Amino acid sequence: MDNCEKEKRDEREKKHGGDTHKELEGYVGFANLPNQVYRKSVKRGFEFTLMVVGESGLGKSTLINSLFLTDLYSSEFPGPSHRIKKTVKVDTTQVMLKENGVQLKLTTTDTPGFGDAVDNSNCWQPIIDYIDNKYEDYLTAESRVNRTGIPDNRVHCCLYFIAPTGHGLKPLDVEFMKRLHDKVNIIPLIAKADTLTPEECRDFKKSILSEIAEHKIKIYEFPYCEDEEESKIQKKLRDRVPFAVVGSNRVIDSGGKKVRGRMYPWGVVEVENLEHNDFIALRNMLIRTHMQDLKDVTNNVHYENYRYGKLAPVQSDGKIKPGSLTKDPLTQMAEEKRDHDLKMKKMEAEMEQVFEMKVKEKKNKLKESEVDLQKRAEQMKKGLEQQQKELDDRWRQFEKEKQEWESANDRHKDILDSAKKEKKRLF
Amino acid sequence: MATTEVERTLNHLSRTLNLTGHVGFDSLPDQLVNKSVAQGFCFNILCVGETGIGKSTMMDTLFNTNFDSTPSSHDLQDVKLKSHTYDLKEKNVMLKMTIVDSQGFGDQLNKEDSWKAIVEYIDTQFDAYLQEELKIKRSIHNYQDRRLHACLYFIAPTGHSLKAIDLVTMKKLDSKVNVIPVIAKADTITKTELHKFKTKIMQELVTNGIKIYQFPTDDETVAETNTAMNGVLPFAIVGSNDEVKIGNKMVKARQYPWGTVQVENENHCDFVKLREMIIRTNMEDLRETTHKRHYELYRRHKLEEMGFSDSDAKSLSETYEIKRQQHVSDLQKKEEEMRQTFVIRVKEKEGELKDAEKDLHVRFDGLKKQHADEKRKLEDSKKRLEEEINAFNQRKVAAQQASTLGKKKK
Repeated sequence: MDNCEKEKRDEREKKHGGDTHKELEGYVGFANLPNQVYRKSVKRGFEFTLMVVGESGLGKSTLINSLFLTDLYSSEFPGPSHRIKKTVKVDTTQVMLKENGVQLKLTTTDTPGFGDAVDNSNCWQPIIDYIDNKYEDYLTAESRVNRTGIPDNRVHCCLYFIAPTGHGLKPLDVEFMKRLHDKVNIIPLIAKADTLTPEECRDFKKSILSEIAEHKIKIYEFPYCEDEEESKIQKKLRDRVPFAVVGSNRVIDSGGKKVRGRMYPWGVVEVENLEHNDFIALRNMLIRTHMQDLKDVTNNVHYENYRYGKLAPVQSDGKIKPGSLTKDPLTQMAEEKRDHDLKMKKMEAEMEQVFEMKVKEKKNKLKESEVDLQKRAEQMKKGLEQQQKELDDRWRQFEKEKQEWESANDRHKDILDSAKKEKKRLF
Repeated sequence: MATTEVERTLNHLSRTLNLTGHVGFDSLPDQLVNKSVAQGFCFNILCVGETGIGKSTMMDTLFNTNFDSTPSSHDLQDVKLKSHTYDLKEKNVMLKMTIVDSQGFGDQLNKEDSWKAIVEYIDTQFDAYLQEELKIKRSIHNYQDRRLHACLYFIAPTGHSLKAIDLVTMKKLDSKVNVIPVIAKADTITKTELHKFKTKIMQELVTNGIKIYQFPTDDETVAETNTAMNGVLPFAIVGSNDEVKIGNKMVKARQYPWGTVQVENENHCDFVKLREMIIRTNMEDLRETTHKRHYELYRRHKLEEMGFSDSDAKSLSETYEIKRQQHVSDLQKKEEEMRQTFVIRVKEKEGELKDAEKDLHVRFDGLKKQHADEKRKLEDSKKRLEEEINAFNQRKVAAQQASTLGKKKK
């Protein structure tokens, strides 16, 4: 029996080869996990927030309508260029889109008035404030004690429209991107690209990219895909960054087929033609392949940066306390308290020591002066006693002398008296 | 005017629009799935049951592999939890499985604290996740999740009812983990006995208010199956690592003199149902429930314990700031207090010493006065002596004169 069991065990060992990597002998079923995830995500629905920034008249609303093949912006709901106010503000529109059972809640954020004033310094501030506010909302919701479903209104992507001057980035472009590149995923676009010839477009893209590199601006980089085939296709599209796009609200009859495009006397610019512009590249990369990644980068990088900036304990010297980041603030406070207790104990011990020492000193001094005074008193007393003795001696001597003299005097007097008496008798 | 109205509607109304073509965001679920598959999945399962009830065998059978567990003895002093992590791969899906085994469960004479070790383990995993979530510099999307997603509770096949320890343990666990009770070694129960047993068990669970895991019925694609399965709970299972030739296939089975119990035969036991439900259909739901319900409950309690509440309507960073400032001021106050007590002590001692010094001086002043008095007396005495000596000398002189005069008269 034992041998049989052992043999079986050995056979199994060989098949499975110890360690933590286990080979499956048959059907288990967890290969179905992706399907479970798929089902749940469809049921949950998706949400995405897209921010559109650029001067007025660059075709932002038209492009959004073209991207999502719907009238997000229409005469009823005009685009940002029709809603310019005196100051730059941030507006949001929310729409529900559904495609093949997949629901998408799309929030479009636009900034009417951006770059349109005479003095545009700080026109990005309302945008930065808006983005930070959304992060703050998320942080608060995430940190509540009772949290039931955290709504994600954070800006996942910012499409920045560059005017097709053909010369390079404007100072406003550079300033904006520098200030927002570590807060949100920036995808720069060359707007109204049908004013550039292919060579002009190529040169323009090159100068834009070099300026971006020069100012160390971090635009969103479409990550590589694992699959080789996919990767090759994506590389071709990725190389067209920054995308030069054309949008259109109209469907035109061109050569028998209906296309979205712009009709000019000299021809039709087809929006969805990769030879005419990079619209397809933008759409595919933004929506079809990397939408989820944009959300992930927002969550894992930009949001975490914001959170870190908000919560990191900056000491008085402006630096972060070392080691404070790997622990949550409460453990940190407990540790600080412990450290402080130790410090206090030490301080207390030191003060005790100093105290004791000073007391001893003072006591010693007191004793010394006592001893000193005692000695002096002794001396004085001795001095007095000596004097007293001398005086007493003198007194005694004097008394003796006096007595002697008095007795001698008395005898003398007696003799005189007796002589006198004799004399008197005689006479 | 018109613009303001439009603005208002722009900001508050969420419209549903129709697409005039294929945009392509229907690939979003695929994007999400691809990301998950690339990251790999993880699943942590806990097996609770008496020693020898067949937990390890069940795990081997369920995951069609040999997990190399060593059978434990009956004389363990308390319940210990041992966990092993394995990397499994099926098709292109990678699964990091952690199996946690409760060793020594139900072996002690006094089983009152048997559930404690288990609850502690669960809480520790929750705590670790919470700690990571609260860190300032955190990498929560990379975090290796060790929270328990499912707990298979093995019920002994007595055929009568649940044991006291079963009720106590499941009650403690139902709010911390998805509890899935199973009847172990079901090849010792006949079909009729089994039916009665299952009914009795479910009754007892309801009576005692134990909330076991129910398969979700809100997704149309699986609602029907799940509802049906919910009615078959708890599953009666048989596990086996040995293979027996039935017909011309090798199947997992247990061979008895009177017949062969086939593990994957739905007539013989509910093993296939269990596998289907836990792994193939609801694994993701088990993970989601753990994160959304059990973990949130734990987190809520922990934060309330630490003194956080939502009523203050302050943001997290503000709350942290307030707590930190309070903490700093507490520390400062303590320091101040200590210094104060010290200052008082010093003053007291100073006073004492000053008094002592004063006493000393008073004493010596007294002595000095005494001494001065005595000196004066001495001086007086001396003066008197001088005077008497003078008087005496004068008398001497006078007497001398008188005697010479007297002599002259003769």
